[in-house]
Amino acid sequence: MAQNDTVKLIGSWSSPFALRARVALHLKSVKYEYLDEPDVLKSKSELLLKSNPIHKKVPVLIHGDVSICESLNIVQYVDEAWTSDPSILPSLPYDRAIARFWSLYVDDKIFASLDAVAGAKDDGERMAAAGKLMECLAILEDVFQKSSKGLGFFGGENIGFLDIACGTILGPVSVIEAFSGVKFLREETTPGLIQWAEKFRAHEAVKPYMPTVEEFVAFAKKKFNVE
Amino acid sequence: MAEKEEVKLLGIWASPFSRRIEMALKLKGIAYDYVEESLDNKSPLLLALNPIHKKVPVLVHNGKAILESHVVLEYIDETWKHNPILPQDPYDRSKARFFAKLVDEQIFNAGFVSMTKAEQQGREDLAEQTRELITYLEKELVGKDFLGGKSVGFLDLVAGSMIPFCLERGWEGMGLQVITDDKFPEYKRWVKNLEKVESVTDCIPPKEKHIEHMNFMVGRFRSS
Repeated sequence: MAQNDTVKLIGSWSSPFALRARVALHLKSVKYEYLDEPDVLKSKSELLLKSNPIHKKVPVLIHGDVSICESLNIVQYVDEAWTSDPSILPSLPYDRAIARFWSLYVDDKIFASLDAVAGAKDDGERMAAAGKLMECLAILEDVFQKSSKGLGFFGGENIGFLDIACGTILGPVSVIEAFSGVKFLREETTPGLIQWAEKFRAHEAVKPYMPTVEEFVAFAKKKFNVE
Repeated sequence: MAEKEEVKLLGIWASPFSRRIEMALKLKGIAYDYVEESLDNKSPLLLALNPIHKKVPVLVHNGKAILESHVVLEYIDETWKHNPILPQDPYDRSKARFFAKLVDEQIFNAGFVSMTKAEQQGREDLAEQTRELITYLEKELVGKDFLGGKSVGFLDLVAGSMIPFCLERGWEGMGLQVITDDKFPEYKRWVKNLEKVESVTDCIPPKEKHIEHMNFMVGRFRSS
């Protein structure tokens, strides 16, 4: 794929996974056409179904005549296809392995525990799921402290792969916090993540694309028919 | 003077996830110490190195632990650059990663659960789901010796360790016909090609013992 081939991104406004792709493309200053799927769970466009026939999910990156699916895959692809600075993945193999490992943890464990809290059928289930989520965030705090080495991001001085992977939990976490009245990211337990979250949201590659907490909560209220 | 490389792999003989790492190390000619772990009696070393998941494989390289088989394979490829296992082209790399995830998530889940269903119809339904998924790999193999092209690559190691040298053994033990010659000629050709590669065949679990093990795991799953 030549760098100059057309680039399109199929995403959805509220999708944390689509956000990852947008941040990566912005970091690399890639010009692309953004195609929004307004109601992706209920109604999918022809183009989405054609370019991601197996999973039928956003985001999908279309570069020239090929499609790349799965958000973390897309971020790595963007890093490898556009080789100009900044690098998204760290440069050393071990640091790359750490970033990849923890991004898989976010997708496997953290999103699963967010879903468990949101989908809990009774208080007992909700408490158990909330406990699990707190544990996961405590682990992530520890990862942040080790990875950032006293600097602002998981990637150190600059935003990197693991920041992009983790940043996407912020929207769902803020929705759960608003609905439950419980703070999952707290000064006492996750001080590093609190500061990092602010920096991440404010970053020029994130801010234009990440819905605010208020917008997320309004969207979730409408989606789940809650006042 | 070159620093002596210390490479250690914690694995389980029947695990496709650790077997694929052995294949990669062999393909690259990397000497390593192997530590056999047990599912039911995990060593203090494993629990210390992988406290989050408590699973194999764990690769230890000069004192640092690398976890999760796909992450380990990429680490090996980036650290020892000869005989590359990932393709060079970014799009081909993204396809390899995409299909590797499909193998280890959807194909593995459908495939394993197809063995555990008590009712025959349940087994058949899941076998059909698995076939539909493997059809994607069948299409990828057209005109190629291996999923990696001319030589064994990342996706061959992932799919090879998982499907012909793990799931198929389980299906054989259950008397389930899942991947047939008529519908999967490319897949069959690919397996024959894999069987000619020493770095692959040296690292697959012995068949009869593996079938017995898969039957045991299915039984354990059913009664849990």
